[in-house]
Amino acid sequence: MNINMTLIGQTIAFAIFVWFCIKFVWPPISNALHERQRKIADGLDAASRASRDLELAQEKADATLRESKEQASQILEQANKRSSQMIEEAREQARAEGERIVASARAEIDQEVQRAKDDLRAQVSHLAVTGAERVLEASVDEKAHRKLLDELAAEL
Amino acid sequence: MAGNNPSPTEYIQHHLQNLTFGYHPENGWSMAHSAAEAQEMGFWALHLDTMGWSIAMGVLFIWLFRKAGKVATTGVPGTLQNVVEMIFEFVENTVHGAFHGRNPVIAPLALTLFVWIFLMNLLKLIPVDYVPEIFVRLGIDYMKMVPTTDPNATLGMAIGVFLLIIYYSLKVKGVGGFAKELSLTPFNHWSLIPFNLIMEVIGLLVKPLSLGLRLFGNMFAGEVIFILIALLPFWVMWTLNVPWAIFHILVITLQAFIFTVLSVVYLSQAHEHH
Repeated sequence: MNINMTLIGQTIAFAIFVWFCIKFVWPPISNALHERQRKIADGLDAASRASRDLELAQEKADATLRESKEQASQILEQANKRSSQMIEEAREQARAEGERIVASARAEIDQEVQRAKDDLRAQVSHLAVTGAERVLEASVDEKAHRKLLDELAAEL
Repeated sequence: MAGNNPSPTEYIQHHLQNLTFGYHPENGWSMAHSAAEAQEMGFWALHLDTMGWSIAMGVLFIWLFRKAGKVATTGVPGTLQNVVEMIFEFVENTVHGAFHGRNPVIAPLALTLFVWIFLMNLLKLIPVDYVPEIFVRLGIDYMKMVPTTDPNATLGMAIGVFLLIIYYSLKVKGVGGFAKELSLTPFNHWSLIPFNLIMEVIGLLVKPLSLGLRLFGNMFAGEVIFILIALLPFWVMWTLNVPWAIFHILVITLQAFIFTVLSVVYLSQAHEHH
């Protein structure tokens, strides 16, 4: 347990080891560690940024979906309205057409009736003339009595 | 045990004797062949075993950490790198907590102290007879393996720390500032300068002394217990040896840690202005 030169030798060895550690051991490990720390921090940062991006994208997609749904329902509504309008129009048209057909048919019928009446009147007047001729046994100057006959026919 | 059944006293003394090379008044520069001869050499002697083992452990530390540092990648670390980085971060955090200043020397110093002392202490867990027996077979009589059980080694490191304390005190505070700190604290009055001076100088000198002697004392005491246990019959040895060794796994780590932290704290104090 003597105190001797070993004391000095140990101090020198200590100094050398410390120097070596400062020079060659500490820097590479320290650098690698801090570099890794930075990398991990960057990675975490990127991950959080990506998740934020994802959130944004999701929000955007939701908004677009909502909008398109709205649009679709709007279009559907419009189409419905339009179709009911068209049906209404068609109905209206059909009704008008029907009325028109009925009116023209009525007009034709009237015309027909008129013509039949005229015919009938002419025949009746003719028959009357003939009857009168027969009764009178004399020929009636058709030309002379034309006016009278026409008046008669008009009265029928 | 070396040779022809020595008495317990001889056995213990043999185990506690360093392999000494030095200047003997009669034989000149030579190996010491007995404890008495080593004693006669006085200061001019060198403990070859202490120096050899401590340097071997220092080289082991440098080699391991240098190797880890060289392959250190920023990617996924390997096993060795993991262990080294764990120790590294532990030391870095400790220094960060204890040292309030900026000095690129302190952290590597702490790392060197911690790992080196730990490795030297670790030699103690090798059964006390193994290595000396091998060296006796090789013709070398004495081999005290654990450097930290030699006060020269622990005080040598403490002196290294002490020199750094002085150096940084002078560098940070200047000669005047350091002198003022020694003479005007704790009592700031001119009449109390001698008293302050005595107190502060003793306080300063006690730092390396306590640092070295604490480590030495713990390790030496543990070593003596190991040697005493080794004197028991071989079939009961393990009942004491195993618990003591397990307990010492804690002690060697703790002592390395204490030496390191106290060194850092002392150096931190050297950087502080009052």
